Amino acid sequence: MTKTKFSFLIICLLLFQNTPILAQDEAAEMPESNGICLECHGHKYYSFYNEIKELKERKIMNPYFVIDSLKYLKGEHHENSCTDCHSEEYGKYPHIAELKIELKLSCVDCHDFEVIEKEVKESVHVEAFGDNFNCELCHDPHSNRLEKADMAELVRYNNNRCLNCHNDVDKYQTYTANDKPKLISSHEWLPNQALHFSRVRCIECHTSVTDSADAVHRIVPKEQAVKNCAECHSLNSLLRDKLYKHQSKQDRSELNFYNSFILNDSYVIGANRHYYLNLLIIIIFGITLLGILLHTFLRIIKRK
Amino acid sequence: MSNNRLYLYPIWLRIWHGINALCIILLGITGISMQYTNIETPLIKFSSAISLHNFFGVLAVISYTFYFIANMISGNNIHYKLKLKGLVGRLFKQGQYYVFGYLKGEPKPFKVSKDEKFNPLQKVSYVSTMFILVPVVIITGVALLYPEMIITKFYDMSGIRLTTFFHSIAGFFILIFLIIHLYVITIGKYPLRNFKSIVTGYHEPE
Repeated sequence: MTKTKFSFLIICLLLFQNTPILAQDEAAEMPESNGICLECHGHKYYSFYNEIKELKERKIMNPYFVIDSLKYLKGEHHENSCTDCHSEEYGKYPHIAELKIELKLSCVDCHDFEVIEKEVKESVHVEAFGDNFNCELCHDPHSNRLEKADMAELVRYNNNRCLNCHNDVDKYQTYTANDKPKLISSHEWLPNQALHFSRVRCIECHTSVTDSADAVHRIVPKEQAVKNCAECHSLNSLLRDKLYKHQSKQDRSELNFYNSFILNDSYVIGANRHYYLNLLIIIIFGITLLGILLHTFLRIIKRK
Repeated sequence: MSNNRLYLYPIWLRIWHGINALCIILLGITGISMQYTNIETPLIKFSSAISLHNFFGVLAVISYTFYFIANMISGNNIHYKLKLKGLVGRLFKQGQYYVFGYLKGEPKPFKVSKDEKFNPLQKVSYVSTMFILVPVVIITGVALLYPEMIITKFYDMSGIRLTTFFHSIAGFFILIFLIIHLYVITIGKYPLRNFKSIVTGYHEPE
C-alpha cells in the first residue's frame, strides 16, 4: 500500500469511527388514538372546559401520570394503544372515580414470564410489599426498552430503575413508611464508589447468582448482597454471569485476555488477565531468579 | 574502622530510601494480590489490599516528590547525570566484572568516590527506574486513584484498561529492579557492607 493510500485509510477510519448508526426507532410511530390521551398526559399541564363553571381551566398534571411521548416511541410498547392496558373508560373526562382502583392488565397477561415471576416472588420486594409489588414499579411500560447503545447506557438505564424509588423520598414513601435508605453512606465501604455506580448495575451485587438468565429479578436482602470484592475481581468473576452474560457467551478469548468481553468497556482488576503477558512475566521473573541463583552458586564455589 | 570511609548517603537520602523501599515492597505485594486475587485463597483480602495499596501509593508519591526536590537542592542529582560518550563500553566493562571479574577476584573497574558514587550499571538502572518507571507508575497510579479523570475510551479501548496496563508493567519492572538491586549490593568482599552503608551513611572501601 502506498503512503498516500495508507494515510487516506487512516483519515477515513478516524472520521467514521464514531459515526452513529441511525436508530430504527426514529421512524417509529404509535397508534393515532394515543394522541387523545397524550394531549393531557403528554404535558406537565392540561386544560379542559369545566361545564359546571362554564369556563376553560388549566391545571397541573400529577407528575407520575406524565408520559414522555418520545420515550414512549422508543419503548418496546410503542405500537400499543393506551387502551390495550388501560380501560376504554379513560376516553371520557373527567375520568370516573372507580378507574383509580381498576384492575389493570399486568405484564404477565401478555408476556410469558414464568421464571421471572418465580424470581420476583422470592425477591425482597415482594416479601416487603406482597402483591402490591408489580413489574411496573421497576419497568415503566411507557418507556421500557431492551436495546441499549452501549454498556454505559445499559448500566445507567438499569440503575435508574432502582434509583427511581431508592433515590426519591416521595416515591419511596408511596410504598413504605420506612426511611429512604442513604445510598451514599451505606455504600461507603465500596472503593471508587462513583466508578462502581457508573460501570456496574445495582443488581450485580443485590441479586442472587444462579445459572438462570432471569435471576436478576431475585433481589436479595441487603445483608445477603455481595460484599466480597473478589466475587467480581477474580478470574471467575460473577460479572460473566450477570452484566456481561451475553457477551461472555459470544467471546471468551479476544486477544488472549481472560474475561476479554469486559475490556471494551472497562477493566476489572483481578478478572482481566492476559495469558501471554502472565507467561512473559513468569519468564522474566524466572530468568532473574535463575541468574541470581547461578551467580550465588558460582560465588560459593569460588569462595571454597 | 577505615579512615578512608566516605560519607555518601546523607540522612535525608537514607530516610527517603527506607520509606521508598517499604512503599515498593508493600505496593508490589498488594498489587500482585489484587491482580491475581482468588476468592478461596486470597494472598491479602481484596478490600484490605486496595486500602494498603492506596495508602502506600500516596506515601510513595509524597516520598518521590521529596526525593526529586531534595536532589535538586542538595546537588545529589549530579550522580544521576549520564555521560553518553563511551557509555556502552563502560556498561560492558561493569557487566563483565559482575559476571566474570568479581568471581575471579579482579578489582572493581570503577572506584567509588565522592563525585562518582555509582558505577555505570547502577547509574543507568537508577536513572531508568527513578526517572522513567517510577514517574510512569505514579502518573498512572494517581489516575487510577481518581478513575473518573481517565478518558473513557482511547479509540476502541477502555482508558482504564490502558492506564492499568502501563501501571502494572512499570510496577513489575520496578519489582524486578528491586530484586536485582538487593542482590547486586551483596556483591563485594563483605556482602552486608552496602546494607550497613545505607544505614550509617558511610561507604567503607574494600
